[in-house]
Amino acid sequence: MIEFIFQNPILSALIALGGLSALFGAVLGFAAVKFKVEGDPIVEQIDALLPQTQCGQCGHPGCRPYAQAIANGEAINKCPPGGQATINALADLLDVEAPSLDSEHGEHLDVKRVAFIREDECIGCTKCIQACPMDAILGAAKHMHTVIADECTGCDLCVEPCPVDCIDMIPVETDLKTWKWDLPATNQKPVFHVIAQEVPVIPLETNVIATDLGRGSALNSDKPDGEKAA
Amino acid sequence: MTSLIKVWELPGGIHPPQHKSQSLQLPLGEIPLPPFLVIPLNQHMGTPARAIVQVGERVLAGQLIGIADGTFSANTHASTSGTVLAIESRAIPHPSGMSSESVIIEPDGKHEWVQLTPCEDYLQLDRLQLLDKIRAAGVAGLGGAGFPTAVKLAPKSTQVIDTLILNGAECEPYITADDMLMQTQAQELVAGTLLLSHILHHPKNLLIGIEDNKPTAIAAVKAAVAGAKALRSEAANIQVVVIPTKYPSGGAKQLTQILTGREIPSGHHSADVGVICVNVATAAAAWRAVRFGEPLISRITTVVGEALTTQRNINVLLGTPIDYVLEQHGFNLKQASRVVMGGPMMGFTLLDLAAPVIKTTNCILAPSTQELPEPQPAQACIRCGMCAEVCPASLLPQQLFWYAQAEDFDRLESHNLFDCIECGACSYVCPSTIPLVQYYRAAKGTIRLHEIEKEKSDRSRQRFEFRQQRIAKEEAEKEAKRLARQKAAEEAKKKLAEKAAEAAKNPATATDVITAAVIKVGATQASSEEEKAKLERLLNAAKNGLEFAQKTLVPNKTNPVITEEQLVKQQARIKQAEQKVAEAEKKLAEFVANNSVTSSIEPGTTAAPAAGAPAVDPSDPVAAAIARAQAKLTMSPEDKARANLESLRSRLAKAEEKVAAAKADGSPNLDALQQGAEKLQQKITEALAELKALGIKDEPVVAAAPVTAEPASAEQNAAQAAIEKAKAKAAAMASMSDEEKRAEQIQSLQNRLTKARERLAKAETENDANIDAFRAGVTKLEEKLQELA
Repeated sequence: MIEFIFQNPILSALIALGGLSALFGAVLGFAAVKFKVEGDPIVEQIDALLPQTQCGQCGHPGCRPYAQAIANGEAINKCPPGGQATINALADLLDVEAPSLDSEHGEHLDVKRVAFIREDECIGCTKCIQACPMDAILGAAKHMHTVIADECTGCDLCVEPCPVDCIDMIPVETDLKTWKWDLPATNQKPVFHVIAQEVPVIPLETNVIATDLGRGSALNSDKPDGEKAA
Repeated sequence: MTSLIKVWELPGGIHPPQHKSQSLQLPLGEIPLPPFLVIPLNQHMGTPARAIVQVGERVLAGQLIGIADGTFSANTHASTSGTVLAIESRAIPHPSGMSSESVIIEPDGKHEWVQLTPCEDYLQLDRLQLLDKIRAAGVAGLGGAGFPTAVKLAPKSTQVIDTLILNGAECEPYITADDMLMQTQAQELVAGTLLLSHILHHPKNLLIGIEDNKPTAIAAVKAAVAGAKALRSEAANIQVVVIPTKYPSGGAKQLTQILTGREIPSGHHSADVGVICVNVATAAAAWRAVRFGEPLISRITTVVGEALTTQRNINVLLGTPIDYVLEQHGFNLKQASRVVMGGPMMGFTLLDLAAPVIKTTNCILAPSTQELPEPQPAQACIRCGMCAEVCPASLLPQQLFWYAQAEDFDRLESHNLFDCIECGACSYVCPSTIPLVQYYRAAKGTIRLHEIEKEKSDRSRQRFEFRQQRIAKEEAEKEAKRLARQKAAEEAKKKLAEKAAEAAKNPATATDVITAAVIKVGATQASSEEEKAKLERLLNAAKNGLEFAQKTLVPNKTNPVITEEQLVKQQARIKQAEQKVAEAEKKLAEFVANNSVTSSIEPGTTAAPAAGAPAVDPSDPVAAAIARAQAKLTMSPEDKARANLESLRSRLAKAEEKVAAAKADGSPNLDALQQGAEKLQQKITEALAELKALGIKDEPVVAAAPVTAEPASAEQNAAQAAIEKAKAKAAAMASMSDEEKRAEQIQSLQNRLTKARERLAKAETENDANIDAFRAGVTKLEEKLQELA
């Protein structure tokens, strides 16, 4: 064996390399079959960030198709229900610059809304039931329909098909469960801005203004510093 | 005894001014019954109770008025006897200032109790029964959180409880409610401790933690413990632990750490480290619930603040409006900066003073403006780090502040925001007076909302996907059904064809043909009547529709104002309805005309060839058909051809008549009708050719034509006249010489050819799918024309 290697160094090297590549190829091939990834995981991740209103405002029939489209390179700013928060999250995930919401697809509403059927006007046509992507409308032909408010995503899709215009989108009011404290009103940075801007060219009270300036700039740079500290 | 236990030190903490003495000058007081009580159904943490009384019902003190809705809820009782005035949404003491469902009771002044079931010796009872008693009494944490006590006292089987802590630290400034309770109800507290110990399977350590700023209370509790020892040997285990005064040592997690040295891991409860921590007032209430069967309807509350003339602790009925309590203590609204429920550190400003005292109201603080001034405007953080030094949970308040400001929720959670107990020590020491706690509260709220939203969106996704699946399944089922139907239809066709083939093999007998004909005629007659009825119905419906469309123009109740858009819609609808009516009318008229034509012509045309048949009544279509069928049977091929020619001619006449009518109306079907007529002409020529082949001259047929017209001419009908004219024309054509005929044919062929060419051109421009068929037709016509020419 060793003799053979010494006698045919090139051949043995080739055999060794060939053997190694065959081995690794086999391992990789096995791994590719055994640990095959079902579907595109990035689509799942994008879909998890989308608000799941299934409203179709992005031009896709649901959130998942849009997630698929984003994975294929579509713009990430087409989701009005998600608003800027969703765009930022998507940009974060995909490591791209976060654009602002494309107003062509609609405006972001701060207040969540749910559909409400004025029940005495409902004629029981079932058109809204067919339109609802959430199955959140209950009812039968020629019987009154009603919306399950808890399941409604406020996608608006039921409003258009209603032949008697008896569906309203009403804003969801905060109750004791959904109430939360507000962030405190921001502090008085502008005061310092004014002082900073009023600096004369070469004033006599240089010291005073310098301190003020220092404080002002310290205030203005609060956030970036804080993030650095993180 | 007290020296036996080691007291650990609490990390962080502050020493704010105590302000505890002013409310301890007077003994525990009572206030008169208020004019009405507002008893909210959610005075506790968890799901609100469900009201079980009716408006107008008389209730007694301690009567159950709201039943716990699920395990994580608490019963609610009437605080005094009286009448239920209303069950409605009223302001509750909550930082949001929101309202919640409440039972409003007008007291009758008698304070009559319901029948209570006391229990002399609770040791006789099962632990579950004891828990039931506590649950039934609606006891919830009186320290401030309002956690249902029965839930707390039933730890999971995996949690081994070795320490019961009675929390009498009461670290927050101003509040002395627990202090007063320990001074006045020390025996009850000790009895309650023993009761809870019994329920918790006698944990090894029974600790009553009291801050060293309450010497009177400490003495009272110690005396009570000593007294209890004489009755129950277990009382010897109770240790009264005096801890140094420091805020916030009264927090459950903090007190656990001080008394046992065990730090509760992030995201866990004290029960996970073997400790249960209960407020002293809660223990006393639990004792009363078991011993006397007395529900929780009152509590000790500190009423304090410089805006009041009297500052003291009172035993107040739950549901007493706070403004009434303040009024009883000489509240001066002008002097007060605000009214706070709870202490100055963790309490919140009441937005509506009509809110009542509830189970968690341990203090009503009405400070003057000097005492508790408005918070200073926040300045920039100078990174002094004092907040981190005082944080009892060893968090990094500064970092949390940055992240809360930046709304960086992931970082907030990784910095354990949810371990913050919102004690306010960081805000207290902040030299820049930043309202740190408010940032944390806001961030916590937002994170919770995000979690709720996330949960909802996950559910939405599930529902949406389920719906998609369901729709796909339905489609698949429909498709399968359609395929099955198609298959069945094909099979049926095959069978029919087989039958027909069989029938061809065994030629039908004369009677068969006749009966078949009879059935056919009967069917056509019946169907024509049905058709007419149907058309009439259609017309009626269309008319009704028109009426309805016109009617809805008038404003109605639900729709008092008619917008322009609606008006336009209505008009469109009316137009549509009008069109429908016109269409229906036309159809009916056409049908009536056609029907009269067919019914009157058939007997006539068939009468002549059937001359050899028995005399029949020409008005009876059935008989006529029988005759016709018989005639057909007896006819020679020559006769057959003639009859064929005959019928073809009559059809041509009809068709031409229709064409004329269509031309007059400018009907869109003109083309189709003309085509039909042309086809008939072609057939006639074919029939003629056949006759010729049979070696018979056309003459007899020509002679027959007027004969066929004769019986028809007897009819006194305008339509009939037109038919006759058409027939005459057909007859004239038939009598034309060969050359003329040929010229005529060429003419018609040329006409058809030009038309076909036009169609082809149109199809070409429109890229029609039938373009090939059109082209083939044109070439055929050209060939024919060449043949003739």
